[in-house]
Amino acid sequence: MIMRPICEDDLQGLVDERLDTARRNEVEAYLDAHPGAWARVERMIALREDMRAAFAPIAAEPVPARLNLTRIAEARRRPARPVWQAMAAGLLLLVGGAGGWGLREVVSSVPTGIEALAQSASMNYAVYAPDHTRPVELAAADRGELAGWFSARMKRPVAVPDLSGSGYRLMGGRLVATPQGPAGLLMYDDGHGARFVMLMRPMSVPGDAPMRAHTTETSNGYAWAQDGLGYSLVGAADPTILHPLANEIRRATAKAS
Amino acid sequence: MMRLIEPLIPALRRYARALLRNPTDADDLVQDCLEKAVSRWHQRQADGDARTWLFAILHNLAMTQMRQRARRGAHMPIEDTAEANLAVAPTQESGLRHRDLMTALDALPEEQRSVLLLVTVEGLSYAETAEILAIPTGTVMSRLSRARDRMIQLMDGTEAAVSAKRPLLRRVK
Repeated sequence: MIMRPICEDDLQGLVDERLDTARRNEVEAYLDAHPGAWARVERMIALREDMRAAFAPIAAEPVPARLNLTRIAEARRRPARPVWQAMAAGLLLLVGGAGGWGLREVVSSVPTGIEALAQSASMNYAVYAPDHTRPVELAAADRGELAGWFSARMKRPVAVPDLSGSGYRLMGGRLVATPQGPAGLLMYDDGHGARFVMLMRPMSVPGDAPMRAHTTETSNGYAWAQDGLGYSLVGAADPTILHPLANEIRRATAKAS
Repeated sequence: MMRLIEPLIPALRRYARALLRNPTDADDLVQDCLEKAVSRWHQRQADGDARTWLFAILHNLAMTQMRQRARRGAHMPIEDTAEANLAVAPTQESGLRHRDLMTALDALPEEQRSVLLLVTVEGLSYAETAEILAIPTGTVMSRLSRARDRMIQLMDGTEAAVSAKRPLLRRVK
């Protein structure tokens, strides 16, 4: 039985390093004279370390996109948008095999040009960005292979932008289907679990198109065309983050081509 | 708001996972917690600590869910849990010890487990822990002491039921 003035709370405080120096010295002096109590305190300290080590990896994991606070706040501020609902219904019909005609019945006008590009990018973001198992098909290590694959299927040279200078890591990419044909989808992350995608596909008209912002319930995006190739950058991040990034990609790809 | 809440998300995930064990359930809980936090941010006391406030929301959501689970009888004992749900594969010595730790933690009464996790793993002060759990600090101290003794007893196999199942992994010198 532990007697005053050193009490059980002091021992717990020692284990948790919550005692001031003076008190700690008193408690340690007491423990020096009581080896049994010392052994118990040492075992409790070892337990503390074991528990911290056991759960530490969880806090080190990247935070899943659905726990992105910006996105949660956005979803709350903005009620479900009719445009997005129509879009989702259109996607379901398309996937269901009803084809373009189904889409035509739901949405008064089939999106074309940059708008269609933005829609494809948003849909692919919604499908692949939250994927834990296989968000990308070809990993970033095969950067050259990615560029070669995209270029071959889109029948024109397509570059894979490097955004590591802005703190974004290329995870990899995959080829995806759009109503206008094959498109290349690249995925990046910011090292904190937030992902974004960039969709690239040839436009039906050559030349450039100015950058336009587009949003859905769960994502923000910027789409533009450059030299007949359409780009759309989509993520859950705030437009103040995405917009400068889109500008940077546009600058980089302009230099490259 | 973002600046105060965002850095706490990894710790909230860790506490939720430690309580519920299943990663998907735990992240569901954190998502509920964040949604609540965003919608109730204005109700928070301006001088209050964001961490204590968030952990209290998370803890209360977890308790509600665990009570519902208990009623439905859906609690999964650790032995039946898929290996993928454990942070470390139990193939090595460290893995075995990890598993022993988790088994012992599961055997603790809920009220002791929360206190032990908040103080030890989350590094919260006794006063903050008391505030989160809405109990007096004295109760935090007594639960903490009991939780540690019980964990050690379970892990070091001083109890026949545990020592019969696996070798002693740690002895006090």
